Amino acid sequence: MPERIVVPFGPQHPVLPEPIHLDLVLEDETVVEAIPSIGYIHRGLERLIEKREFTEYVYVAERICGICSFMHALCYCQGIEEIMKIEVPDRAKYLRTIWSECSRLHSHLLWLGLFADGMGFENLFMRSWQLRESVLDVLEDTTGGRVIQGTCKVGGVRRDIGAEKLDEMHRALDPFEEQCRELGDIFLNDDTVKYRLQGLGVISKDEAYALGAVGPTARASGVAMDHRETGYAAYGDLGFKPVVETAGDCYARCAVRVKEIYASINLIRQAIDQMPEGPLDVKVKGTPDGEYFSRVEQPRGEVIHYLKGNGSKHLSRARIRTPTLANIPPLVKMLPGAQLADVPVVVLSIDPCISCTER
Amino acid sequence: MGIFQMTKTVLRNLFGGPATRQYPAVPARTSSLTRGHVAFEPSTCRSCGICSRRCPCEAIHLDKEAKVWEINRMRCIACGDCVEGCPFGSITMEQTYLPPVVEHVVERYTITYVKPEKPAKKPAEESTGA
Amino acid sequence: MTVREEQTIIDVALENLTREVERVHADGYRLVQIGCTDLGGSYEVNYSFDKGYQFKNLRLTIGPEAEVPSISGIYWGAFVYENEMHDLFGIPVTGINIDFKGTFIKTVEKYPFSVTRKGGDSCRNA
Repeated sequence: MPERIVVPFGPQHPVLPEPIHLDLVLEDETVVEAIPSIGYIHRGLERLIEKREFTEYVYVAERICGICSFMHALCYCQGIEEIMKIEVPDRAKYLRTIWSECSRLHSHLLWLGLFADGMGFENLFMRSWQLRESVLDVLEDTTGGRVIQGTCKVGGVRRDIGAEKLDEMHRALDPFEEQCRELGDIFLNDDTVKYRLQGLGVISKDEAYALGAVGPTARASGVAMDHRETGYAAYGDLGFKPVVETAGDCYARCAVRVKEIYASINLIRQAIDQMPEGPLDVKVKGTPDGEYFSRVEQPRGEVIHYLKGNGSKHLSRARIRTPTLANIPPLVKMLPGAQLADVPVVVLSIDPCISCTER
Repeated sequence: MGIFQMTKTVLRNLFGGPATRQYPAVPARTSSLTRGHVAFEPSTCRSCGICSRRCPCEAIHLDKEAKVWEINRMRCIACGDCVEGCPFGSITMEQTYLPPVVEHVVERYTITYVKPEKPAKKPAEESTGA
Repeated sequence: MTVREEQTIIDVALENLTREVERVHADGYRLVQIGCTDLGGSYEVNYSFDKGYQFKNLRLTIGPEAEVPSISGIYWGAFVYENEMHDLFGIPVTGINIDFKGTFIKTVEKYPFSVTRKGGDSCRNA
């Protein structure tokens, strides 16, 4: 029996933008066990809810994560709206959908870039981020912030997108989609990428479901689970279908994200086409009293904001479960059997967002 | 079969010129909505205090007695809530980002707003007392 | 396609917890999260499950000294939430499959989210 050694991986590692630590137990070069550990950037944002008014906490919720910031705000607002029985105007719902999908686009393009960098394809990394930049420009033009949008509020949205800008966005979608397909083609069809990713970090459908995997990690294993199917915001009107792959390896997780980029472009196109006229927000009266588990599909999977109000303007508890926390158990099951050199790629394939996870 | 999938993109990038800009020689891209930093106009502020109450990160402090309006630049997250809340348009959002600093910046402004003379309706004793 | 999301909350007693979770597991639900709420002395623990967007909650209300049995024998992935529960609230969870013994989330002060164990208000960013 070969000798076992423990190799610490992270919290500082070139492929990790954020600190997660894994203790890898190796037999020769093969991983036999992985033990995760987080806790380097715990900020206690959940407790901050007791000090901030429920309308102000949107800004805090948005800053939980720098990538899915809009979706955190959306999830929080939807939770409060559900508790207070606020009906959001249609136009606000559509605008929320557009911004959500823009966030998803830029998150997936960011991830594709990081992933390409992780597997050593730096040229592709640059190209992904070049495309991402155009999404960020649209977000800045429409909301005023590149990654922290600040447009979602309890009861609606804070800004409108004018008809002219919507037209411009619609016209820009076709060339953008063409560029994305060119990029996706490299990820999906290039042999170098395939050799690197196929059969790596496999997790079966049953395993993924039992371990509570969410988002692209679950969908790549064939679990057709996407919270957008419940039709929150405007997704109910847009004919949404989840993207599912069956192989369950790193390549499938990559393919899900590439195809979700196409799906997102399509959703934005439809949302612009069907954009209703009307008011942007409703006036919020009273204070939240009650509890709700608000769920939204983020680029990384399903996020949960558990909100509990006690009738005062400060909520008594917010509990935020981010997708990466749910994806850590699948990651631990994926790693055994992988080579040490493949560990960075496998870890990246769940799209870890650690500052989000620790809140 | 795909081995040279990237070639087209590489060639285009090679002859297409850089996609980045020579920052800071060329200024960063902004739009009319960009939230750069909060600017304050002391001559129109009527010390209502809405901004300091609305600020989610408690960056703004208003001393009504001393007529001093303060903003802690290190706390401000440029969310723009104060800009939306200000009923007198004294707070505006500028598109430019502030330069990096090495120490905490608290900007103080002395409010110079002077309450205009009320058009005297009743020439009674009340106005002499005020 | 729109699915109406139902959310049900079922109260369970501490001694019935493992049995109830086993039943939910047999019904084909997946574990969504385990969350804890401090009620000023006692704790409310929510075990959330989901199946086809139908949301089911088992709610456990426990006193400050109670020990909670781990459900990681039924749902292997529960260890992240249970360690988190222990590290932030200080609730002793017995029999976790991967027990970090308080080092999963490393905080300067022990059990920062617990009022009774910590004493007083720990939120400094007032």
